[in-house]
Amino acid sequence: MSELTRETLVLNMGPQHPATHGVLRVLLELEGEAIVGAEPVIGYLHTGFEKEMETRTYHQNIVFPPRIEYLATFIEEQAYVLAVEKLLGISAPPRATMIRLILAELSRIASHLVYLGTGAMDLNVSSLLMYCFRDREEILDIFEMVSGQRMMHGYFRIGGLQWDVPTGFTERVRTFLKTFPSRLDEFETLLTDNLIWRERTEGVAVLSAEEALRYGCTGPLLRGSGVSYDVRKAFPYGGYDEFTFDVPVGVAGDAFDRYRVRMEEMRQSLRIVGQALDRLPEGPVLIDDRKVALPPRGELVRSMEAVIHQFKLVSEGIHPPAGEVYAAVESPRGEKGYYIVSDGSNRPWRVRVRSPSFNNLQALPVMLAHGSVADVVVAIASIDIVLGDVDR
Amino acid sequence: MAVTGGVSLRATLVSRAATSAEATAADVRALESNVLTTTVDRMASWARKNSLWPAQFGLACCAIEMIAVAQSRFDIARFGSEAFRASPRQADLMIVSGRVSQKMAPVLQHIYEQMLDPKWVIAMGDCASCGGVFNNYALVQGVDKLVPVDVYVAGCPPRPEALLYGLLKLQELIANPSARRRS
Amino acid sequence: MTDPTDALVGQLGAGVVEQTRFRDERTLVVDKAHLEPALDAAFGLGFTVLTDLTAVDRHPGVPRFEVVYLLTSLVPPARLRLKVRVADGETVPSATGRWPGANWLEREVYDLFGIRFDGHPDLTRILMPDDWEGYPLRKDFALVEEPVQFIGHTPKVPSQIIPKSKQP
Repeated sequence: MSELTRETLVLNMGPQHPATHGVLRVLLELEGEAIVGAEPVIGYLHTGFEKEMETRTYHQNIVFPPRIEYLATFIEEQAYVLAVEKLLGISAPPRATMIRLILAELSRIASHLVYLGTGAMDLNVSSLLMYCFRDREEILDIFEMVSGQRMMHGYFRIGGLQWDVPTGFTERVRTFLKTFPSRLDEFETLLTDNLIWRERTEGVAVLSAEEALRYGCTGPLLRGSGVSYDVRKAFPYGGYDEFTFDVPVGVAGDAFDRYRVRMEEMRQSLRIVGQALDRLPEGPVLIDDRKVALPPRGELVRSMEAVIHQFKLVSEGIHPPAGEVYAAVESPRGEKGYYIVSDGSNRPWRVRVRSPSFNNLQALPVMLAHGSVADVVVAIASIDIVLGDVDR
Repeated sequence: MAVTGGVSLRATLVSRAATSAEATAADVRALESNVLTTTVDRMASWARKNSLWPAQFGLACCAIEMIAVAQSRFDIARFGSEAFRASPRQADLMIVSGRVSQKMAPVLQHIYEQMLDPKWVIAMGDCASCGGVFNNYALVQGVDKLVPVDVYVAGCPPRPEALLYGLLKLQELIANPSARRRS
Repeated sequence: MTDPTDALVGQLGAGVVEQTRFRDERTLVVDKAHLEPALDAAFGLGFTVLTDLTAVDRHPGVPRFEVVYLLTSLVPPARLRLKVRVADGETVPSATGRWPGANWLEREVYDLFGIRFDGHPDLTRILMPDDWEGYPLRKDFALVEEPVQFIGHTPKVPSQIIPKSKQP
C-alpha cells in the first residue's frame, strides 16, 4: 500500500444533515469505510433555558420545559412541576396526578413513534414514517382536546392541572388503546423479521453495560445494554408505584435491542394507561392552597380575598422555602431531572436541567469505534437524541 | 392578452381564411382565442410557484410540525412541495423551522448562500420570526437578521395548517411580486 | 435500613464541612482537598453513576461557586449530592478519570461558569461558539436582552420591570 492511501480522511457530517435528527455535527475520521475516530460537536441549538428560567417566576417557567424536549412534552412539564412541588413540599390531588400520568405515558408513545419513524427512515424504510405519524396524530389530537395545543401545552400547573379533562377524554383514550396494539404489531411485522433491518441493526453500535454506566447513559440506551434502571421503578414519582408494568431490557446492547426495548415500552405504556383509566378518581384537579394555585374563576366575583390571592400570585408568584431539590422522571430518552436551587425569593436562583440526551450522545464515539461509516446514522438514530435536550 | 390563472373559456373558432386579405373580423377573433401570450417571467414563476422544493432543514420544535406537514394527514404534496431535498443546492425554499442560535447563525447563512437563485425563505414559528419567548444571549432575535425572509408564519409551533397557509401565501407572492408588502 | 451516606460521613470525618437534609435529599459539602477521596469513598459505597455535574453561582456570596456532583446508586436505589465550594479562579480536580461521562459535563461547567478543572483532557467550550467571550450563567453576566418595541411604550428590558421581591 502506498503512503497516500493510508492517510485518514476527516469528514464533517452536519450540522445540517438529514440523518442527524437536528443540528448535530459529527466529525468523523475515516480510513476508507472504517471509522477511526468520531467526535460529536454540539451547541448549535443552545437556547439559554437555564439562564432564562432564573429570570422568571416559578409559574412563568412552565412555558420552557416542553420547548426543551419537544417530542415528549408532557413528560417534560411533569418533571418541572414535580420539582417545584417537591420544593414546596406539596403534592397534586390524586385525579391530577393520574391525568398527568396518562398524558405522560401517551407522550412516551408519541416520542417513541417519532424514533421509530425517523430511525426507519434513516435506513430507507420511508413508508413507516407515514404510519408512525398517522398514529402520533391521534395522540396529538387527544393532547389538543385536553390542552388546546398540539405540542407546547402548558397544561400542568404547580399543584395540579390548568383545568379538568373535557368530556369524552376517557372514551377517546380507550379507543386509542384498542386500535394501537394492532398497529404496533403491524410495525413489528415490517421490521422485526425484516432481513435488511436486522442486518443493519444487529451488532451495530454496541455499547456494553459497563461503558454505558461510566458515561452516565440512561433510558432505552442503558436498558438495551441489559441494566434494568428505570426512574419509574427505582425512584417512583407521580404515582407510578401503584401500577404493574415491566421494564424491558436487552442483552446485546446493539441498535436492534434498543429498538426492541422501545417497542416493548410502548406496550407497557399502554398497559399503564389502561390501568390508570380504570382507577381514575373523581375530585379536584388543582390543589386548594391559595398561596400556590390560582383561585377558581367564579370565586373572584364573590370574594375580595380571592382577588387579592389572584393578584399576588399573578404579579409576584410563589415563594418556596430556601433549599435545593432534584426531581427526576423517566423520559423516553432516559433520566430527565430538574435541579432547582431556591433562595426563598419568587424566582429560582438556579435551574439545572439534567438532560439524558446529553449524556447518551457522549457515548457515541464508543459505539462507533471499529464501525463503518454507514453505521453512523444507525447509531445516532438508536440513541434517539433530541437536540433541544442536548443543548438546552 | 396575459394569462395567469385559467385559460379563457371563449368558444374556439376556426379561421378558414387562406390569406390575410380574406380575413374577416371573425377570423381575427378566432386567432386570438387560439394563441396565449404571456411573458417569460410569468410563465417561469407559474412553474416555480407550483413546485417549490424545500431544503430539509430542521432546527427545533417546529421541525417536528414540518415533518407532520409532509405526512399523509396534512400532505404538503397537494401543493407541489413534498420533495424535501437534503442538499441546499437542490432546493429553492428554506423553511427555517425553529430557533437560531448564535452558533448556528453562520451555518444557516452559509446554507442559504449555497442555495441557487431564485430562492425563498419562510420563517416558521415565533422564534425564527422574532425570537419568540426567548430574548437572551444565545439566540438570534429573528432569522431576518441573517437572510431575507419572504413569509413569516406565527405560532409556537404553528399548526401544520398554518405552515400550509404560509406556503400558499408564498406562492401568491411568487406569482405576483408586486403583492409584497414593504415596510 | 442504614443510610449509606452516614457511612460516608464517618469515613470522611473532618472533610465534610457541612451537611444538610432538605425534602429527604442529603447534601454533603466537602472541602476541596477531600473532594477526590469523597468521590472515591462514595463510589466504594455503591454510588457508581455520576448522574449530573453542575455548578451554582452564589455571587456576591463568598466563596463564589459551588460545584455539585449528583451521584446515584442503582442497587439499592439512592442518591447523594456532593458539593465543593470554590472561589473565582480556583480550579477543581477533574472527575474524568473515574467517569468518562464527566468530560462533557465539566466542559459545560467551564463553558457557562468559567470554572476550570485540573486534569481534564480537553477543556474547551462546548455549547457556546469557540470565540465567545464571557460565561453566560454567571450572575453578573447580563441576560443580554434586545429591547422590545411596543407602540406607545418606551422599550424596557424585562428584568428591569420585574423586581426581585425578596433578597436572601
